[in-house]
Amino acid sequence: MHTVANPPAIQVEDLHKSFRIPKHRVDSLKERVVRPFAGRDYVELRALDGVSFEIQQGEFFGIVGRNGSGKSTLLKLLASIYRADAGKIRMVGRLAPFIELGVGFNPELTARENIVLNGVMVGLTPGEIRQRIDSVLEFAELNEFADLKLKNYSSGMLVRLAFSVMMEADADILLIDEVLAVGDAAFQQKSADAFHEMKAAGKTIILVTHEMGTVEHYCHRAMLIDGGRIQHLGDPGDVGRHYLQLNFEEEPNRNFDEPVEEPGGDVAPEPVPIPTPSDEVRMLDAWLENSDGERVANLEAGERIQVRVEMEALRDLPGASVGFIIANAEGVGICEFGAGIVEGVAYAPLATGSSVVIRAELENPLNQGRYFVHFGVNRINNKGAALYVHNAVDFVVYGGTAASNTVVTLPAEVEAVVQEQAER
Amino acid sequence: MSAQPQPLRDVRGPSALGGGTRRFFDLLWLMSATEFKRVYFGTVLGYLWSLIRPLALFGTLLFVFTKVFKIGSEEAEYYPVLLLLGIVVFTFFQEATGNAVTSVINQEGIVRKTQFPRLVIPLATVLTGLLNLVANLLVIVVFILAFGVDPQWTWLLFPVALLALLIFTAAISMALSVLYVRFRDVAIIWVVVSQVLFYFTPILYPIEALHNRTYEQLLMINPLAPIFQQLRVWVLEPNAPTAVEAAGGWLHLAPAIGLYFGICLFALWIFNREAPRVAEGL
Repeated sequence: MHTVANPPAIQVEDLHKSFRIPKHRVDSLKERVVRPFAGRDYVELRALDGVSFEIQQGEFFGIVGRNGSGKSTLLKLLASIYRADAGKIRMVGRLAPFIELGVGFNPELTARENIVLNGVMVGLTPGEIRQRIDSVLEFAELNEFADLKLKNYSSGMLVRLAFSVMMEADADILLIDEVLAVGDAAFQQKSADAFHEMKAAGKTIILVTHEMGTVEHYCHRAMLIDGGRIQHLGDPGDVGRHYLQLNFEEEPNRNFDEPVEEPGGDVAPEPVPIPTPSDEVRMLDAWLENSDGERVANLEAGERIQVRVEMEALRDLPGASVGFIIANAEGVGICEFGAGIVEGVAYAPLATGSSVVIRAELENPLNQGRYFVHFGVNRINNKGAALYVHNAVDFVVYGGTAASNTVVTLPAEVEAVVQEQAER
Repeated sequence: MSAQPQPLRDVRGPSALGGGTRRFFDLLWLMSATEFKRVYFGTVLGYLWSLIRPLALFGTLLFVFTKVFKIGSEEAEYYPVLLLLGIVVFTFFQEATGNAVTSVINQEGIVRKTQFPRLVIPLATVLTGLLNLVANLLVIVVFILAFGVDPQWTWLLFPVALLALLIFTAAISMALSVLYVRFRDVAIIWVVVSQVLFYFTPILYPIEALHNRTYEQLLMINPLAPIFQQLRVWVLEPNAPTAVEAAGGWLHLAPAIGLYFGICLFALWIFNREAPRVAEGL
């Protein structure tokens, strides 16, 4: 853990920033002359609403927040791209912002010329950056392409070049927005090493990211921003948990009202239960419970899954069984479980109007992500499905330590032993 | 990492000169020079292209005005050179301001994603234009000597006129670049205005060709007119009427001088007002 004795590198006091979004945008002089008072109506959007914090010298500080949380606005205020409405920012030394890699690269110029241009942009003198051209090219592994115009570069080469200029920037404070994972695996490893070196060299680094793993891996402290305010500040692990909780708690609720398009362009799977029409049974309700018997929308990783369903028979049935399938957000089934509706050892006949409560409980090996429970009722004697409800319940699993691209964590015993060498 | 403790300083957000004066000039020079190099050495015809435009205009106008309308030659001793010099210098004004209009929008990435002194952007277009002008003037000197104009000591005053024009060009470029962010019809308006300015500056015709005192005085309200008139006197014809003479005394020159400084002050004011919030308007 980081010591608290260091002097401050950045002090932010009660920072406010809001944007005026005109209801009618006047964007020509003609309009301004014809309708001089148009566009005076505006909606005020509070992007930052009283943010105060301090970052110490030599600290690796993470800032996390969802889209629209005010995170990017804070970033641009720190980088002197926006001007604050109220409040103070004070800092020690020179700050170099990297909000997007390769900003200001001119495709018509060679790599060499662009390195100089970009280097000066991040605050080096032309002399300093000219001395470092070789080490930039070296780091980017682009020595052979030094005199090639950037328009002929591949996108991978471009980000490597931009990243390498950043590494040579030599600022006291680095402000980095989501640019850690560039290039192939080998280059990523190299970047990670370089970051560790910078961290060890005592640079102050502010990292803005969605990747909680990165925050926990690098940062001494982190800060969660939501709704223009600081929601949590402190241990990166805690911040990460708060962030995931925040992310997943509100998301499904909102989706129930209106299907929201994900930023990536994919439409989120429709979470509203879709029953196939059935005149035999009807699902009345389905939900998830925690160990205290309260209804929940989310589960922490490892917390047991308890599904509850209430159903009603719409006509007399000789007997039925119920079953569940848990599927992930991509629609891939993960597991299946179920049982017959029985009394003693025989199937229970259901009379019209009788209701059935189903309780299912199982271990939760699921990793972070969104999951769906499908519910079905089968007639006995293989007479097919009486009811199938797609997405009877949906829930989110948060927390946990597993990599985000795996689905389950299963108990495993791993042994790795160095074998004795034959000759010694 | 510096060893001695540095003081905390306030961060006030973006500004015209933000990030220190040294960095300001480094960036200004680098941006202008690389753009100039790109145009001149990036393509085979680079330098030729930048010459062809004023020369083609010159050839056309020379034909129209000496063969069709037959004006100029009797009032101005070296009408063809006067026309060429005027066109080349005005092309600088027109290109620099024209490119400045969209400059901030074109550099959107830089403005929105980096800490960048705002003033560099319009000024870089002016400086690029100036480098261009200097290159073109080298050719003009050959023409001037070929037409038999004798070198004079007043040639040394040429930079004075050029400086006056440079300041005016920079001011207009600054104002246009930030106004365009707000009002997109500024681009169209400026194309028209700069075209009108071209005809209301004594370039196509020597001012005496108007043969009308009132028109001559009215023409001298255009802040560019005295500058071009002095260029003619200093470079080509020491006997031509000076700006003061053409206007009919210093008093009549006052509107032009007032407009000149008024526009410069307006440009400084509007740029300073808009620059900190330019990134938000994009």
